[in-house]
Amino acid sequence: MDIVVCIRQVPEVTDAELEINKEGTEILKEDLVMDINEWDNYAVEEAVRIKEAHGGKVTVVTLGNEDSEDVLRTSLAMGADEAILINEEGFELSDAAAIAQGLYRAVRDLSFDLLLTGVQCSDDGWAQVGVILAEFLGLPYASLVVGIEINEGTMIVRRELESNTEEKLQIPIPAVLTIQTGINSPRYVSIMGIQKVRKIEIRGTDSEELGLSEEEIGLKGSSVASQKLSLPPVGEGAEILEGSLDEICEKTAQIVRDKGVI
Amino acid sequence: MDEIMVLAEHRGGELRDITFEMLTMANKLGKENDIAVTAFFLGHEASDLSERLKGACDTILLMEDPELANYNADQYLMAMETVIKSRNPTLTLIGHTAMGMDLAPSMAARLSLPLATDCVEVNLAERRLDVLRQIYGGKINAHLTMKPSDQYLITLRPGSFDAEVEQGKSADAQTVPAPSWTDLRGRQFLGYLEAELEDVDIAAADILVSIGRGIGKPENIPLVQEFADSIGATLSCSRPVADEEWLPKSRQVGTSGKTVRPKIYIAFGISGAYQHQAGMKNADTIIAVNTDPRAPIFTIAHYGIVEDMLKVLPLLTEKFAK
Ligand SMILES: Cc1cc2nc3c(=O)[nH]c(=O)nc-3n(C[C@H](O)[C@H](O)[C@H](O)COP(=O)(O)OP(=O)(O)OC[C@H]3O[C@@H](n4cnc5c(N)ncnc54)[C@H](O)[C@@H]3O)c2cc1C
Ligand SMILES: Cc1cc2nc3c(=O)[nH]c(=O)nc-3n(C[C@H](O)[C@H](O)[C@H](O)COP(=O)(O)OP(=O)(O)OC[C@H]3O[C@@H](n4cnc5c(N)ncnc54)[C@H](O)[C@@H]3O)c2cc1C
Repeated sequence: MDIVVCIRQVPEVTDAELEINKEGTEILKEDLVMDINEWDNYAVEEAVRIKEAHGGKVTVVTLGNEDSEDVLRTSLAMGADEAILINEEGFELSDAAAIAQGLYRAVRDLSFDLLLTGVQCSDDGWAQVGVILAEFLGLPYASLVVGIEINEGTMIVRRELESNTEEKLQIPIPAVLTIQTGINSPRYVSIMGIQKVRKIEIRGTDSEELGLSEEEIGLKGSSVASQKLSLPPVGEGAEILEGSLDEICEKTAQIVRDKGVI
Repeated sequence: MDEIMVLAEHRGGELRDITFEMLTMANKLGKENDIAVTAFFLGHEASDLSERLKGACDTILLMEDPELANYNADQYLMAMETVIKSRNPTLTLIGHTAMGMDLAPSMAARLSLPLATDCVEVNLAERRLDVLRQIYGGKINAHLTMKPSDQYLITLRPGSFDAEVEQGKSADAQTVPAPSWTDLRGRQFLGYLEAELEDVDIAAADILVSIGRGIGKPENIPLVQEFADSIGATLSCSRPVADEEWLPKSRQVGTSGKTVRPKIYIAFGISGAYQHQAGMKNADTIIAVNTDPRAPIFTIAHYGIVEDMLKVLPLLTEKFAK
């Protein structure tokens, strides 16, 4: 089983204070820690597990800039064999379809049995790239995958639906799957582990080599004309309890007691 | 054609709420722009079910075929292609659900339609479309203006519009023949799997103490358990906690877990992504503890505590031990 996994580097934002630039077009990323997109981490783990069980090789691909090399190295340390970096700043303002087009050009000539992506990215969260790639490649696909069982020339996959329900599908191989969190427990990668793979060469490419014109990437190739970012309005919502930690806990205890359910 | 088309979503003989939510939105846009609203219904022996949309749209378009009994991307793609190419609706709406997330992106690619996914507001004026999305886990609002196009495709976030759709229309029901299934890729639907037997039913609890990724590590769980015990509460969690197997999946609150409506819901270290909110926003009283004052959970909580949960927990337990 040869497997290609598309991964992306994203800023960690859950406990970060986010600021938007003056023009309102992007968030300021200087102080943010970058890491592999959570969903993609599960996808790489799944690919490595399938390889360990069935043989073959795992290739990770990212479309980004030089900094994105980090997520490729992390994936190599997890057990991926090869890495491709599409190093192209021109994609900055692309929509998901253009990102998928870039990835498509980079993977279409590779031979693979499975192509995995994450369900979505934690920042923009379009949840589009994997499924669009499947259409470009003309392959069968399933999204939101939480279980894969490989058989001869086909596989049984479980897709997550709403409310604790799943559906079971049979999909021929080759295919594209988008991976949902919780499908496995991704292995931990140490600095030592990353050190060990530092000699593996990362194959670089760019839009020129992939035959992509300016019209196809960036804002020109996007179906979005403009994007204006803002912080959601505050003022609505919770009454914030103030005081010393002890006072806050006392107030909380009072609120809970007043409900009369304990 | 000037038409807003809503792809009806149903499963196991039941219409999904998102169908009505999309119709609420479509009717609003339809009224503002003087455009008719069509519900497109794919299924097998489903005319009775589709009839239930009669009061909430101008046309019901029904395509029936044994192959359409359950959602399958292969068949749905072909069906959508047939209908969109013949009717050219100005705007097509699909739910940002497990079904819509599976279908809309490939459909947009196949038909070269501009697509905006996971929208919470949609405006259409003089054929120009702009949408509101919530990105970065709900911490940033993004207003997008789409480039001018004759046709747009949108997926709508569940819960963004009222599912109690206004009645009063009387739709004209039409049938369209299914295409001959020539371009299928071999994906086969085998069946639904319901969740396995569970340890406790969090939906039955009066008080839920719920933990998120802010708990940091599983070693901290006894701290929460102690507090929960002190007030007779049941433990529940957000998805990452279940993904990490720190608590069983049956404890997960949210769109892909359980919907709960306890008298008191206390959220510790949960950011409040919409998939989580959807499962708990109707609790009577919500108290949220989070170190980040801008965490989206505070927009739906009644009371907020901006503190380290690991400091709050032992102190709270003490308050009830007395
Ligand atoms: C107006 C506008 C402004 C933008 N500004 C910026 C900006 O300032 N900076 C910026 O970085 N981006 C910007 N983008 C691009 C955007 O943030 C996304 O990168 C792009 O739309 C893909 O969507 P997503 O990341 O939500 O992917 P999703 O569809 O949610 O991703 C699903 C999966 O696809 C794969 N995938 C996605 N992207 C990549 C990739 N690059 N390489 C490899 N695999 C991938 C991963 O497996 C991922 O799990 C902008 C887009 C628009 C429309
Ligand atoms: C298809 C799909 C279905 C999904 N279904 C669900 C679902 O059913 N349920 C669900 O919950 N999610 C679901 N998700 C995931 C959801 O999008 C979020 O990723 C998830 O809810 C985030 O969980 P969290 O709030 O625990 O973690 P994070 O978003 O990482 O938030 C952690 C929070 O803890 C705070 N924090 C950190 N340290 C402390 C401390 N010491 N004290 C206090 N606060 C602290 C941080 O400020 C942060 O706000 C789904 C996603 C997808 C794509």
